[in-house]
Amino acid sequence: MQAVLQHSPSSEVSSERRKNASAKRTGFLLLSPSVLLLLVWSIVPLVMTLWYSVQNYNLVDPTLHGFAGIDNYWYLLTDPDFLHSLLNTFVLVAGVLAISVGGGTLLAVLYDQDFFGRGIARIMVISPFFIMPTVSALLWKNLMLHPIYGVYSAMMRAVGLTPIDWLARFPLLTVMMIVAWEWLPFAVLILLTAVQSLDGEQREAARMDGADPIARFRYIILPHLSRAISVVVMIETIYLLTVFAEISVTTAGGPGVASTNLAYLIYSRALLQFDVGGASAGGVIAIIIANIVAIFLVRAVARNLEA
Amino acid sequence: MATVELKNLRKTYLTEEIIKGISLSIEDREFVVFVGPSGCGKSTLLRMIAGLEDITSGDLLIDGQRVNDVEPGKRGLAMVFQSYALYPHMDVYKNMEFGLKLAGMPEAERREKIEHVARTLQLEPYLHHKPGQLSGGQRQRVAIGRAIVRNPKVFLFDEPLSNLDAALRGQMRVELSALHRKLGATTIYVTHDQVEAMTMADKIVVLQKGVVEQIGSPLELYHHPRNLFVARFIGSPPMNFFPAIFQGGDTTGSAVQLRDGSTLYVPVTSPGLLPGTKVTVGIRPEHVELAASGPNSGVVEVIERLGAITLVHVRMPDGQIIVVQMDGAVLTDVDTRVSLTLPPGNCHLFAPDGVAFEACHRHPLAA
Repeated sequence: MQAVLQHSPSSEVSSERRKNASAKRTGFLLLSPSVLLLLVWSIVPLVMTLWYSVQNYNLVDPTLHGFAGIDNYWYLLTDPDFLHSLLNTFVLVAGVLAISVGGGTLLAVLYDQDFFGRGIARIMVISPFFIMPTVSALLWKNLMLHPIYGVYSAMMRAVGLTPIDWLARFPLLTVMMIVAWEWLPFAVLILLTAVQSLDGEQREAARMDGADPIARFRYIILPHLSRAISVVVMIETIYLLTVFAEISVTTAGGPGVASTNLAYLIYSRALLQFDVGGASAGGVIAIIIANIVAIFLVRAVARNLEA
Repeated sequence: MATVELKNLRKTYLTEEIIKGISLSIEDREFVVFVGPSGCGKSTLLRMIAGLEDITSGDLLIDGQRVNDVEPGKRGLAMVFQSYALYPHMDVYKNMEFGLKLAGMPEAERREKIEHVARTLQLEPYLHHKPGQLSGGQRQRVAIGRAIVRNPKVFLFDEPLSNLDAALRGQMRVELSALHRKLGATTIYVTHDQVEAMTMADKIVVLQKGVVEQIGSPLELYHHPRNLFVARFIGSPPMNFFPAIFQGGDTTGSAVQLRDGSTLYVPVTSPGLLPGTKVTVGIRPEHVELAASGPNSGVVEVIERLGAITLVHVRMPDGQIIVVQMDGAVLTDVDTRVSLTLPPGNCHLFAPDGVAFEACHRHPLAA
């Protein structure tokens, strides 16, 4: 330090640099506790999952232990249930996205119109979003769709029809409908605010250009909504990949694995079959899939947000 | 060929009448400007013609056809909006193409038309730019181009220059006038800027609170305002007013007495007016003359020197401010006492209800 101070002009730069470096070190030191906490928070479970996924570890069979290599992965990937649940996961995500984004766009345009009681109608259309998944699944299962005393069944019988036992006959479709019912309000909320931000003069310009309501929707409103739609798709996808409560409450993944998605499969491996190793392997695969989806989504959305 | 005719047009919002029976006929190739203070109903009237607002009662005729219930896109009109209202996700070419495409025009014809218009408006280099990449003036041109390609019977402009800066506004004003002369299309133009109204219009319609105050050529409004409102609204700085007492008149003029006791003989006819009636004398700042001493004296309070002209604000004994427009080189200073001379030939006389008396001689430019 002494030497540095004695040599004047050229050393000033390096002392400046040194000062910067020490400031950086202080900043790093001050930041480190929270960084460390976050690191432990996310890395430890990941490492443990990775570790268990290569172990023979079943809670009900202590005799079976030790290193398993890729056996857990092998069993999982060759299990027909796994492929089925993977397919179910994508069907569920795609179906709910289609219903909530498609219906949400139409409802957003509808609720943008001026009509009597619009404020109350808007609150009502958004309210399902505030009901927790377990409760809404129970509501649908027991109050609405129950084949004997559900509201839907009563309505069917009232007109002389035999009610369908939805959860038994179309389990995945029914779960999809319940989840879509929960997520439609979210899409409506985001898209409605987006529709409202459309410049009124633009719509009028389109009217002057001779565009009928359908053409205005197609060429003016839809392009205006594209950003909001991509945001809705991204957020919903993240949540929909891990739908669990609705399945657990209504069908418990059944009949068979007809309504089991990846999240539920991992749960059933770990906590119904006590196979920690197998469940961990499923978890690792779920992480990989979620990341692949995230990469595509972030790319698509980022491109849309730039324009 | 396009004429527009408004017959007793009315518009009511809930219980409030916004447009209170407007009748007007617009000739082919005419450039008509609706002008008035904000809230006078000029934009509403334009939007009623466009079809964006319903007409409560009355008839709207375009080329003699009643179009009250015709869709805006089918009236054969094109509109340029204040915010330009370009479609942000379409490039310039597609913005202009949109209306033609919806009308089912074949691709080749569309291309030819758009390229022609782009050439006229010097938009060729920007055809594949999005509106967001253009400057205000360029966007304005695109909005005009989008109107022109549709080859409308009537052009509607809703305060199109108010989002531009002063220099660009002046330039676009000249361009629009030139364009109108070239296209020769019937045009209805809404503005609150009287410079735009005066310079561009063949015919100005002055509106106030949903009522037409006066219809006429720019110089007609300037030289022969029909009432106090028009007199005050047209001309900048606005006309000065003096309270006066009517003394008597004949076919060559009317005598009035001003506050300070001086008498003025204004060349306007005042049939049926009783002597002693309170009237108002109006004179424009550019017509008042300053004298060092004499009747009508006041103290100079503010002087605005604009270079070419000087505006002298004189505080009169009754507290009123009178603005006098002088030559740029005038030497008068603040706080000096000056006297105002009102040349009678340039004075206007208004009855107590605000209506102007007929001038004995029409101005040659406003015949």
